[in-house]
Amino acid sequence: MLEVIDIHKTFNPGTINEKVALNGVSFTLNDGDFCTVIGGNGAGKSTIMNAICGVWPVDSGAIVIDGNDVSGLSEHERAPFLGRVFQDPMIGTAADMQIDENMALAARRGEQRTLRWGVTAAEREQYKEILKTLDLGLEERLTAKVGLLSGGQRQALTLLMATMKRPKLLLLDEHTAALDPKTAAKVLETTDKIVKQHNLTTMMVTHNMRDAIAHGNRLIMMNEGRIVIDVKGEEKAKLTVEDLLHKFEEVAGRDSVSDRMVLS
Amino acid sequence: MTGYIFSLDGTALLRACPGGVAQGLIWGIMALGVFMTFRMLNFADLTVDGSFATGGAVCIMLIMKGCNPEVALIVSFAAGLSAGLATGLLHTLFGIPDILAGILTQLGLWSVNLKLLGGKSNQAINVNLVTLHITSNARYLSRTIIIMVVFCAILISILYWYLGTEQGSAIRATGINPKMSRAQGINTDGMKVLALALSNGMVALAGGILAQFQGFADANMGRGAIVIGLAAVIIGEVIGESIFKKGMSFILRLGFVVVGGVIYYLVYVLVLWLKFPANDMKLLTAIVVAAFLAVPYLKEKKKNSFHKVARENKKSGIISGKGEE
Ligand SMILES: Nc1ncnc2c1ncn2[C@@H]1O[C@H](COP(=O)(O)OP(=O)(O)O)[C@@H](O)[C@H]1O
Ligand SMILES: [Mg+2]
Repeated sequence: MLEVIDIHKTFNPGTINEKVALNGVSFTLNDGDFCTVIGGNGAGKSTIMNAICGVWPVDSGAIVIDGNDVSGLSEHERAPFLGRVFQDPMIGTAADMQIDENMALAARRGEQRTLRWGVTAAEREQYKEILKTLDLGLEERLTAKVGLLSGGQRQALTLLMATMKRPKLLLLDEHTAALDPKTAAKVLETTDKIVKQHNLTTMMVTHNMRDAIAHGNRLIMMNEGRIVIDVKGEEKAKLTVEDLLHKFEEVAGRDSVSDRMVLS
Repeated sequence: MTGYIFSLDGTALLRACPGGVAQGLIWGIMALGVFMTFRMLNFADLTVDGSFATGGAVCIMLIMKGCNPEVALIVSFAAGLSAGLATGLLHTLFGIPDILAGILTQLGLWSVNLKLLGGKSNQAINVNLVTLHITSNARYLSRTIIIMVVFCAILISILYWYLGTEQGSAIRATGINPKMSRAQGINTDGMKVLALALSNGMVALAGGILAQFQGFADANMGRGAIVIGLAAVIIGEVIGESIFKKGMSFILRLGFVVVGGVIYYLVYVLVLWLKFPANDMKLLTAIVVAAFLAVPYLKEKKKNSFHKVARENKKSGIISGKGEE
């Protein structure tokens, strides 16, 4: 489903701010894989997500989604394949537009924006049904501006929007990190439900090792722009936080653990 | 002082009002164009100073060549489209910042407009030789106003419809949250170019209508147009919101842009009637727009300032022993 082949990306090359953010990243996700991604701050987790989304072109390497080489496509051209939820709840939705308008934008991902109505009455009914599954009462507030919603509500809505039009790949970049623990747990639960329901191929960055272990069938750990740990299946299922810390020490050196891994 | 007051002629003011309303409606169309970029895209587009005059020049020159005035307006609209297209491409294709892209097109249009006007700074049509539906001729002024009101209503309806379509929604989303828009597959650069083109099309259309109204086009007719457009947008918003409060729907927002234009021109008429020098009007407009733009910022700042924290800490004595006695 997703093939990432030897991706390199250096920011600000040739300046004092030069930063090798991705240093030869390769991995493959199969159909229906749910892969969690962990690593210290600045390890390159968001950068690999951005590379897949085409926020900027990579320096070298290829990204293949469902057999399509998308490496040469710009961000909006790749969007039809991808559903995304960002860390910042403000980013995933348009605050000044209504809930239904936001959903309608997402429902047309990958389609021509024509001169037909932006949201139809039939769609509104459909959106209500979808919103009910969130159990947040948003179905009663279809015409409310999204800016009036809480961070958790916005994140849940973004998740719906990312998955309404089935993406080939769902990318979640610390999408619960900005939420309070209770809300975070709820959004995570919803995530699991939606991913299972549609059998979505998913990548989820998290800084919470326990979440990374508890969710999905695959786990990748990054450090300094490389994948340093990649476990799946049986091995992944048996993984403990202790194991992960040990493994991380092996590859990244003893000191880095306490400093850079954020545990919760 | 009394001499000045007695020199003011009340009936002259009344006589000037219809003309003010008509001009206000024309500038209201221009302001709808500004609304599209400034409010929908969050893009302060200075192209309009040039494209407004382009619209006027195109219209007058075509009429002089015997073209039907209404057809000439369509060509004005098209000329505005291409001006906006130029700014849009400068901005999206070549990465030139929004204000600068607008200024570059505006500067270039200055030469284009003079060329259109046959090298002269203005050109007039012989209003006795053409039948114009929009004219400042006092005899037909009420008809002109009716035509303009109907035209504005149609334009507002079209704009309301358009901004509610998939494409219009994509333009709005681009202005509000470009990152989210791209994630939803919207070509944000394309939407910016499209909105800039349509906006300048409307502006040039207004320029063409004004040229018909006054019977001539002038290379300078667009000078400061952006500020007048902003004035109309802002005055309309302030008034609309004070009447309808939170119940201000989108179509009302559009309507009040035109209302803002009319009020701006009525104030203009009033100020001229008070014998304020016409040349000072731009200064006055600049001050009014600056003030209106500053108010929301200052309000927010007053709620949220270091001064306020310092003052309140002093008052409450939260830091022991340092409170007010
Ligand atoms: N657009 C950018 N420009 C410059 N540097 C960047 C950019 N994006 C990320 N970086 C740098 O690349 C490194 C990896 O960042 P990131 O992928 O965001 O880390 P994380 O694993 O915490 O998500 C960091 O050092 C970061 O500062
Ligand atoms: Mg990150």
